[in-house]
Amino acid sequence: MTATVAPETAANAPMPARPALAQDWRRLVRMGAVGAVAQIFIALSNMPVRLDERLVVKPILSLGYLCLLIVPFAAGHRVGHQIEREGVPQHTAGAHEVAGGAACGAIAGGGLSLLAVLLANFDLREPLVNWSPMLAELLAFGHTTGFAVVVWLLIGTAVGAAGGGLRLLGPRSQRAAVTMVLTVAGAAVLEPLVVDLAEGMGLEALSDRLYHRRGGVNWTSALVLAAVSGILAVLGRGRMRQAREHIAALEGAKRTRTNLGLIAATAALLVILPLFAGKLTNELAANVGLFVLLALGLNIVVGLAGILDLGYVAFFAVGSYTAAVLTAATSPRIHPELPWLVALIIVVVVTGLVGLFIGAPVIRMRGDYLAIVTLGFGEIIRLIFLSDWLSGWFGGAQGITKIPGAGIFGLTSVAGTDPRRVFYLVLAFCAIAIYVSWRLERSRLGRAWMAVREDETVAEAMGINTVNVKLLAFVVGAVLGSFSGAIFSAKVGSVFPNSFLILVSIVILVVVIFGGMGSIVGVIAGSAVLIGVLGGPKQPGLLAEFSEFKLLIYGALLIWMMLARPEGLIPSVRRSRELHQQEMAQDAWLKGQVEDDNGSDNGNGNNNDGRQAAAAT
Amino acid sequence: MTALLETRKLSVDFGGLHALDGLDFEVHEGEIVSVIGPNGAGKTTLFNAITATVERSTGDIVFEGVSLLGLDPNRVTARGIARTFQNVRLFANMTVLENVMVSQHCRTRQHAFGALFYTPAFRREEAEIRERAEKILSFFGPRLVGYRFDQPAFTLSYANRRRLEIARAMATQPKLILLDEPVAGMNPVESAELTQMIGRLRDEWGFAIVVIEHHMDVVREVSDRVVVLDGGTKIAEGDYEAVSNDPRVIEAYLGHGTET
Repeated sequence: MTATVAPETAANAPMPARPALAQDWRRLVRMGAVGAVAQIFIALSNMPVRLDERLVVKPILSLGYLCLLIVPFAAGHRVGHQIEREGVPQHTAGAHEVAGGAACGAIAGGGLSLLAVLLANFDLREPLVNWSPMLAELLAFGHTTGFAVVVWLLIGTAVGAAGGGLRLLGPRSQRAAVTMVLTVAGAAVLEPLVVDLAEGMGLEALSDRLYHRRGGVNWTSALVLAAVSGILAVLGRGRMRQAREHIAALEGAKRTRTNLGLIAATAALLVILPLFAGKLTNELAANVGLFVLLALGLNIVVGLAGILDLGYVAFFAVGSYTAAVLTAATSPRIHPELPWLVALIIVVVVTGLVGLFIGAPVIRMRGDYLAIVTLGFGEIIRLIFLSDWLSGWFGGAQGITKIPGAGIFGLTSVAGTDPRRVFYLVLAFCAIAIYVSWRLERSRLGRAWMAVREDETVAEAMGINTVNVKLLAFVVGAVLGSFSGAIFSAKVGSVFPNSFLILVSIVILVVVIFGGMGSIVGVIAGSAVLIGVLGGPKQPGLLAEFSEFKLLIYGALLIWMMLARPEGLIPSVRRSRELHQQEMAQDAWLKGQVEDDNGSDNGNGNNNDGRQAAAAT
Repeated sequence: MTALLETRKLSVDFGGLHALDGLDFEVHEGEIVSVIGPNGAGKTTLFNAITATVERSTGDIVFEGVSLLGLDPNRVTARGIARTFQNVRLFANMTVLENVMVSQHCRTRQHAFGALFYTPAFRREEAEIRERAEKILSFFGPRLVGYRFDQPAFTLSYANRRRLEIARAMATQPKLILLDEPVAGMNPVESAELTQMIGRLRDEWGFAIVVIEHHMDVVREVSDRVVVLDGGTKIAEGDYEAVSNDPRVIEAYLGHGTET
């Protein structure tokens, strides 16, 4: 054991920094060119102009410039990246990284210089419809084209050098730097939310100090924020992880108690905060909640049972329409005007039946076929509601309007005009959905879902009725989706077929994948980030200015996620296992080796075993 | 004595290929039968046909006097036939314990309702499932218990994966276990140990066992009876000594002599 490890540690000792000019020039130019193309693309998508009004730090930085600057920074940082290989020594960072970053950033910035020249001399209006004359102005900071050319080269160099320079810092300072930047950016993104909450709590003084009257973090406050967060990051380094490990190491009963305490605290916070929050925050939170509900439902289908359902919006639609027909007086054919809670019971039954009806033929298929058929059913349901044939029932393209709010035991009525109550209603149903997901995952049924996801043929050979089990996942998912639908119709007050476009299915799926398939916390975090910050298919998020570019950013995020962290934001243990089998198998092998050395495992067979296992995976 | 499992004139065709051709095969209660034969003889197809993984063409399969025809694989397992796979197919990302727990599916009843309301019946059954799983795993000595319970199956060594597959088959509480090359890939020490274990499976747990095996020392050790397949038909049957001296068997394995 020691004999094999010792030379590796020796080989891993860091090597001295490389000289500044000993660059891998091909890689550098390639990275810079990618940055330049990315910047030109971003610029021509008109994002900088649109986002210029939203200030991040008053008065120096707008969101528009930020999305341009982030590119050379990332390129400059990335170019100094050394691939870690066991046994291959790493160079210590030095002037080499800064020079490389600067050169790379200069090339990336040169992209914008080039664009400025092009914009000044050619009319690009025809082929590139999105750009506006304001872009040229923005690129030149209101000066001449020559100024723009020079200044973007300089900015690119500086920002790229900063990106490369980040590598000079030790891991702790690096973390502190990242925390500082993220805190300021976070403060800027959360501005509407913070202002709204501060107003509710009577802390206007604070929010006035923090933000400029016309938006953006004041630069003085930005400095203070950065300093405070930096200090906290240095002091609190590793505390979070320590706390987490501490909880994980606790005894069974104690851990349960601690976890319950944490959950109760979160729940209390979620109940109390809306009281101080204004309309905007509550509206936002309600939208996020609706998507949490949908994502939790889809998570059971996709994350637990492994059925890739691309038509999940169908159940959202059926839930909404059923609730609308049952409660609205204006429903064209039947209008029983039932109380919302009574209607909800029927909604659950109807959606469950629709789930069975769609699921029965679909569930016998596997993989790609299943995905495509569900995609089709999602559209079929929308087209049925849209059709003239059934417009006597569902109002066709006019939909159903004037849906009353959701009455709860005659105590209160929850309608879109009061987002706070909507949020509480959504919160209650999210709690139900979380409980259902949590209980089912840890039951005989949940294990059967996992087995089906792993290997359907073997699951069947082990005595699991795969058709029934998968159908049940489909139905449970459908019912959770219908909750969301029923609340949605009461909240919005009207339902139209085009609220249920295929896009909704895709967004929900992206939320689940982004958050972490199969992980309840992950799915909630995913909705909070994607729906809360960027916005849902029709719902604005915190960065309302992004709405035009929402799908672009969704796509970019999804690609980045698949490359960098395919298991999602907060992955389930199982999912990260799947994606990191190799590392885990190696760890287990090492552990086995250690135990062999201690003589606690069985005899001579095992060394051989372990090697085979590592080789087999 | 009536047979536990009986195939009557069983044929399985893949297009023009007769993988099994009118095979009569039987297993009695408490018996260990080895099925041997050269590659492509139809051994695994026999297992697949019994467990309804492939469709039979003609013939009948009778288990405890009742035909298995038309049953889905999960129903066959529920009747009491469990199997392992030639190329180990565990639920790789589930833990060792979960692999054995999930295989008790057809012997347990609690459904979504019990899980949601955490009923006493649900809790009792969960405890039973877990207890049974631990008991089965402890049959294999210390190597699948303790910290291994909560390790994902893919971290296991090759031999342990084979053992876990057997544990999983045991967990379905069968009367008959079909083992497809249980010692393939094991070293001689492990192989000898597993050979003993197959005997103990019968003696202590009362399973009837059918083994497909290429290692003749294993076959000699465990078998009450040896059945030799070639080209989808039975060419010899009897105890190990008789079968291993049968000229047809030698011919099937080594080919025709040059002088004939």
